[in-house]
Amino acid sequence: MAPDAIAVATVSHAYAQPDAGVVKTLNAVSLGVRKGELLCLIGPSGCGKSTLLNIIGGLVPPAAGEVRVNGHPVHGPTPKEIAYVFQENTLFPWNTILDNIMVGLEFQGVPAAERRERAMDAIEAVGLTDFANNYPHQLSGGMKQRASLARALSLRTDILLMDEPFAALDEQTRTYLGEELSVLLATTNKTIVLVTHSLSEAVFLADRVVVMTARPAEIKATIEVKAAHPREPSFTTSSAFSDLRNELYALLRSEIEKTVGGFVGNAAARDRERRAVAGQRDSVIGRAR
Amino acid sequence: MKTAKFDWQARAIQAAFVIVVIGLWYYVGRKGLVSPIFLPKLPNVLDKFVGIVQSSTFYGNLGVTLFEFLVAVVIASTCGLTIGYLVGRSRYAVVVFEPLLASVFAVPLVVFLPLFILFFGIGFESKIAFGAAYAFFPIALNTIGGISQVDPRFVTVARSMGASERQLFRRVLLPAALPVIVTGLRIGCTIGFLAILGSEMIAGLRGLGSRIVSLAEGMNTAEMFAYIVFVIILAMILNVTLSQMQRRFGERREVA
Repeated sequence: MAPDAIAVATVSHAYAQPDAGVVKTLNAVSLGVRKGELLCLIGPSGCGKSTLLNIIGGLVPPAAGEVRVNGHPVHGPTPKEIAYVFQENTLFPWNTILDNIMVGLEFQGVPAAERRERAMDAIEAVGLTDFANNYPHQLSGGMKQRASLARALSLRTDILLMDEPFAALDEQTRTYLGEELSVLLATTNKTIVLVTHSLSEAVFLADRVVVMTARPAEIKATIEVKAAHPREPSFTTSSAFSDLRNELYALLRSEIEKTVGGFVGNAAARDRERRAVAGQRDSVIGRAR
Repeated sequence: MKTAKFDWQARAIQAAFVIVVIGLWYYVGRKGLVSPIFLPKLPNVLDKFVGIVQSSTFYGNLGVTLFEFLVAVVIASTCGLTIGYLVGRSRYAVVVFEPLLASVFAVPLVVFLPLFILFFGIGFESKIAFGAAYAFFPIALNTIGGISQVDPRFVTVARSMGASERQLFRRVLLPAALPVIVTGLRIGCTIGFLAILGSEMIAGLRGLGSRIVSLAEGMNTAEMFAYIVFVIILAMILNVTLSQMQRRFGERREVA
């Protein structure tokens, strides 16, 4: 078996917050991403999924542990190997779509003569040829994310990191783009790590789904999705799909409760506290009289 | 096209306002309601205007003022953009220096004009220094604001694609901050022009400002008004040029 494209070894991360002291986000996470697979990271909000992605991409240094990409350790961005698709509105508003992609190629170090052709190829791959000379604000949210995807594809890296790329879109657009992505990626053979909030998106796109716990995040479970790419929209209505989706939700539910706090328990505690404070106040007033 | 209609209406009202003011001036002079020493008759002012644009005194003074203005703007923009960029890049420096510059700018610097004259003399040097000092602050402050408020996601995106420090500046920070910086340049130029005319009027030997004061002192009100009309025209040209510049660089982006 080929060595892993990405190897995350006991990576921890923490940050200091003025009120809360040191917040530990990742607790000794180890993870291997195989060459050519699409791995989904899913977990409760704020658990550190995006942080893990940024550590893999070299944008954030880990507090402890090590990440290796294609066998060598990561210290800082490696634009020749890793391309990013971020959440939303990360296209430069002062550039056209074409210029946005060409400037990315300039950053990566592609010779000026090749940039236009490579950019146009990527724009064509996501079906935005007619919009190449438009500015981002002239495009819909879904088109903008397609343009972001084109920017990442134009860099022609083996690895693609996607940080909730469709989070800001409405559900129909998100589903449609997911289907497009599945078709597109089936032909490129890239190694992809995708962070998402959407269970359906995770099951539909992923070869493996990694479920993370609440903060400090550890890996709770890994689920395989054994269906060939590109996946048909009909896959979402199959029983295999809903079984996997339910299994994921069952794994996540207790973690989500830890983050949200559990409404019932909390409300009861608040109520007790309020009554205690009110009781004190009454006794003070009583004494003053 | 509702907005086009509003535009047209607004222009018409603005033009009517100017015409009413000029008409009133003409009417007051013709009826002799105000002594011509306080408000000269409009035709006299126009005569004088035609006279001064043919005189060498006028061009000498105009040249001095324009020279002072241009040098002051070049000095102020060079210092303002450089310092603004250096401060704007570091969050710590912004916290330290931004309030400092803003509070110095809040002081009416005109109280230091005697010092400027003491240091730089009564000639054009003190006017340049004073105009540059005034124009510097809005340029520096806006550059700090523009650079420090660039969406950090743009910087992250650029870094993830391997942007060098120079590429980051040229391709991301500068274009992102440009609309704010251009606004600073516009305010700086307007204030700088005012500061130069003002300092010429308070203590100057040459330039449009000192010429206006000496005409006033000689009770030559009609010619003084002719100079004032010219300064107004000059200010309008400056304003149009600057707003064109702002439109060119400032309005390309639209917040999504």
